Amino acid sequence: MTENNTTDAALRLRHKRYASERRFNIYGIISIAVALGALCLLIGSMASKGWSAFQQTYIILEVELPRDDLAPQGKIDAETLRDVNYVSYLRKSLRTEIPGVKSRRDQRSLYKLLSSGATLGLQNLVLNDTKLIGQKIKFAAVASDDIDQLVKGNISAGKGGKVSKKQGDWVKKLTDAGKIEKRFNTNLFSNGDSREPELAGIWGATMGSLLTMFVTVLLSFPLGVAAAIYLEEFARKNRWTDLIEVNINNLAAVPSIVFGLLGLAVFLSFFGLPRSAPLVGGIVLALMTLPTIIIAGRAALGAVPPSIREAAIGMGASPMQVVLHHVLPLAFPGILTGTIIGAARALGETAPLLMIGMVAFIVDIPGSITDAATVLPVQIYLWADSPERAFVERTAAATLILLTFLILMNLVAVIMRKKFERRW
Amino acid sequence: MIKQSVILATAVVIGTTGLAQARDQIRIVGSSTVFPFATAVAEQFGKTTKFKTPVIESTGSGGGLKLFCAGVGVKHPDITNASRRIKMSEVKRCAKNGVKDITEVKVGFDGIVLANSKKAKKVQLTRKQIFLALAKKVPANADGSKLKDNPYKMWSDIDPSLPKAKIEVLGPPPTSGTRDAFVELAMEGGCKTFKAIKAMKKKNKKKYKALCHGIREDGAFVEAGENDNLIVQKLVANPGAFGVFGYSFLDQNSDSVQGSIVNGVEPTFENISAGKYKISRSLFFYIKKAHAGVIPGMKEYVRAFTSEKAFGPEGYLVDKGLIPLSDTDRKKIRTSSRAFAPLSM
Repeated sequence: MTENNTTDAALRLRHKRYASERRFNIYGIISIAVALGALCLLIGSMASKGWSAFQQTYIILEVELPRDDLAPQGKIDAETLRDVNYVSYLRKSLRTEIPGVKSRRDQRSLYKLLSSGATLGLQNLVLNDTKLIGQKIKFAAVASDDIDQLVKGNISAGKGGKVSKKQGDWVKKLTDAGKIEKRFNTNLFSNGDSREPELAGIWGATMGSLLTMFVTVLLSFPLGVAAAIYLEEFARKNRWTDLIEVNINNLAAVPSIVFGLLGLAVFLSFFGLPRSAPLVGGIVLALMTLPTIIIAGRAALGAVPPSIREAAIGMGASPMQVVLHHVLPLAFPGILTGTIIGAARALGETAPLLMIGMVAFIVDIPGSITDAATVLPVQIYLWADSPERAFVERTAAATLILLTFLILMNLVAVIMRKKFERRW
Repeated sequence: MIKQSVILATAVVIGTTGLAQARDQIRIVGSSTVFPFATAVAEQFGKTTKFKTPVIESTGSGGGLKLFCAGVGVKHPDITNASRRIKMSEVKRCAKNGVKDITEVKVGFDGIVLANSKKAKKVQLTRKQIFLALAKKVPANADGSKLKDNPYKMWSDIDPSLPKAKIEVLGPPPTSGTRDAFVELAMEGGCKTFKAIKAMKKKNKKKYKALCHGIREDGAFVEAGENDNLIVQKLVANPGAFGVFGYSFLDQNSDSVQGSIVNGVEPTFENISAGKYKISRSLFFYIKKAHAGVIPGMKEYVRAFTSEKAFGPEGYLVDKGLIPLSDTDRKKIRTSSRAFAPLSM
């Protein structure tokens, strides 16, 4: 056939087909761009708001630790060291730094530059190193949240806000003297929750999340895998297994708050398990994750070619040996991926925890699965709800940290799949 | 299969041992309005005493009292916070479940403000105007004997002295205690100024309540969720709008939003404290006396909350936005709470 034989109609048709092909591609690219754009917007807005929370303002003070107070009669004992009024040292040093503050009212607002955490910091410093007693030391005192926000430029002084004009001037004076320093905010990572934004941290919530995830994976993984193996490899296909399958799929779609109600009714009221404990949170989230693992597990098992099973049976393996020695190891990467994705979803969940008391203000770092604890997303929620301005950036910072955890988990899932996956 | 039954068994064992343990940590539930204050006290208490830091859940006043009244024993909370007084029905429910001795502690006041962005002008309102702006049905004649659907679209429609701007008020949803208090104090306060409506209170309380507490649903009042920070942010973005929230949020954001003057009184610390600003309410917490000797630290927690250092006029709770009681009231509360005086309705 030569080109001359191609009719105009056929050419037009071909043109049309190519055009629609291109349009189809463009639609796909637009969809991806929109999804990516939304993601960038989310991360970008969080990062722009939250990055400043990774730094904390400190006021560098020269603090005298008088031997007479701290070690009367030259003796050093922990009891006295704990009882000493450390605030007075910090305040004295602040007064020498900014002289001429006379009235009680002004002094009070001068002292408000410092956080209540500064006192505790000085006390711990002295308790850990008693050689400092009698010396004049340089101490980085945590600044209060309002001053921190002022230094970061999030609020301005003397505009009727929390920071008065006088305080603004003092801070300027300190800055000019090089006494204001921004350092990496270690409190954010090492502390539990606090009502003082400059002292609040996510370590308590992170521990709570880890303990909860531990219980969740410990329960849902073996149960989910066992259920998947039985349903896929051993169960007869009849009306009952169909019914079970439909219900598992339904369970995967149940709103998570329902699992919280179940936890409240069954685990707290009936079994009397402790409120706010990662144990109960873990069980509730395990129930939520279970269907995801079963569905992913069945899909992974189903993807193992029948020839593997037949070969094993042909070599005389029992059905259990076939599954445990051949099918399961091959399906494992898929099952793990499903588990990690399920666990990642459970990590970001707050609704079911509301009902079982894990949405709470908890300062102490939980050490076991029966201690009162909260989790990362709940911490974000609580901070978002706090009136203090400095919590705005901390909320965004905590969100970034949670996102990092989620990205890491999903990355592990992808890497494991790539590494162990076998294609037939 | 054996493996997982072992795991399940250990989980159950760990669970039941947790149950058998006596609790060494105070558990507090209740109002989200009292939450910022209670948590501040709890944190100080945990840092300065040998006791563990109490665990505090923000469940709302009603939800808190429900949990509190469920019974006596380590399973149930020891203290509940409330942004309103306990109701007779709740006392009865408590008694039915064996919670007999309850001590009431009044901790201070909270003002509810109607605020707008500092970019706009500060307005002077009366409670009557607030009612007319936000009610579902408003009086069609002077004494309020006839009613009509709320026709007001602009503030200036209600009174020419008010700004020529669309009525747009962001406020909390009905589940919130702030909304309850706002409706009761501001709306009902304005509603009562109509003679015929006031007379209706005696004759038909239900109808009276429906009228005075009914907020319009035509878009002039926007339910902005429980998050007061969000309302503040929206006000900054939209200078024409007003927001309803607690005084502590106004205090923390006083550089960007301002409280409207209601009935000639500005919502300031001094005015709310003196009882001049009318849209304010008392905050409480309730203690289960039966737990006082059992859960360690309860006496000390109550002592910490009612110390001058905390709820006094120079205390740290004032920095958090609490408005303190008068000197005589504080003294009275201090003695009664430390003796665990029983509640008298």
